[in-house]
Amino acid sequence: MEVDQLQRSFLEYSRLLFHEGFLDGQFSQLQLLQDESNPDFVLEVVSLFFEDSERLLNDLTIALDQQNVDFKKLDAHVHQFKGSSSSIGAQRVKNVCIAFRNLCDEQNAEGCLRCLQQVKQEYLLVKTKLEALLRLEQQIVAAGGAIPMLNEFC
Amino acid sequence: MSGIVTETQFHVLAVDDSIIDRKLIERLLKTSSYQVTAVDSGVKALEYLGLLDDEDTSTDSTPVSTTKNHHEVEVNLIITDYCMPGITGYDLLRKIKESTLLKDIPVVIMSSENVPSRINSCLEQGAEEFFLKPVRQSDVNKLRPHLMRKSGKRKEDHQPNKRKPMEECMSPDRTRARYNDDLEL
Repeated sequence: MEVDQLQRSFLEYSRLLFHEGFLDGQFSQLQLLQDESNPDFVLEVVSLFFEDSERLLNDLTIALDQQNVDFKKLDAHVHQFKGSSSSIGAQRVKNVCIAFRNLCDEQNAEGCLRCLQQVKQEYLLVKTKLEALLRLEQQIVAAGGAIPMLNEFC
Repeated sequence: MSGIVTETQFHVLAVDDSIIDRKLIERLLKTSSYQVTAVDSGVKALEYLGLLDDEDTSTDSTPVSTTKNHHEVEVNLIITDYCMPGITGYDLLRKIKESTLLKDIPVVIMSSENVPSRINSCLEQGAEEFFLKPVRQSDVNKLRPHLMRKSGKRKEDHQPNKRKPMEECMSPDRTRARYNDDLEL
């Protein structure tokens, strides 16, 4: 019984995250790559993403804090962030990065600052949600169940 | 150190500066049963392929494949990101195609940006495929024909006593590849 409930919660929550655009099909691709021989694949990739993102956000903050902002360097960091968020399916983060890059092109420092705040916000949101989702996953596995897949978002 | 590996496996060298993408591509390649070596830069790739140490004069043709250090590295395909600090994927592609030793190794480029001129120049430079990131299983499935076509052809020599596990494998795919090689020659 408990496993069923957990699985249902997991599916509901996943569906919500996809509908709200926090995650896209790429996240499903990651889930597909997880199996008995790689049971922690999603957790590993997501953890790498968290570490990497925190580093990038730090770099972005420093870059924008300079007297003379080096927009090329800034853009390089955003490009990286766009890449990593795209690779794990963090759609909203990726979309903010796209806007961010445009602002870098325009050398719009103020716009970039606003975008930085926005990307930090989106990152924290997706981080919280992914952590919750993965916790549910762990609970399912601990209760002996299989992690259900949302096929419609592949 | 295995000269002849117990199961014939294609060896793919993956090059990407993003740790996340490296993990991803490695996993994707492994689901296709490829052996994978992942490096984080073009320079490391060149080093691995033996293109950086020109002073290596050992002309012996020991068939032993050392997994990390120079020479005699058996790589069946190289898949590389385009945008990397230092030397780009395009530069890497060019260097590989300019090398008499390595030019026959199929190279695939990955990029997060869909820039037609970029795609064209890579293909013109000899890349077999250009994948848009994020790379998916369906992309990785496209690698097999390139690997099959080149199987058995390493460097310019075809000495029969060289380690060529692929030709000894009895699976129908491998047999087909061998026939193709014969036909093409």
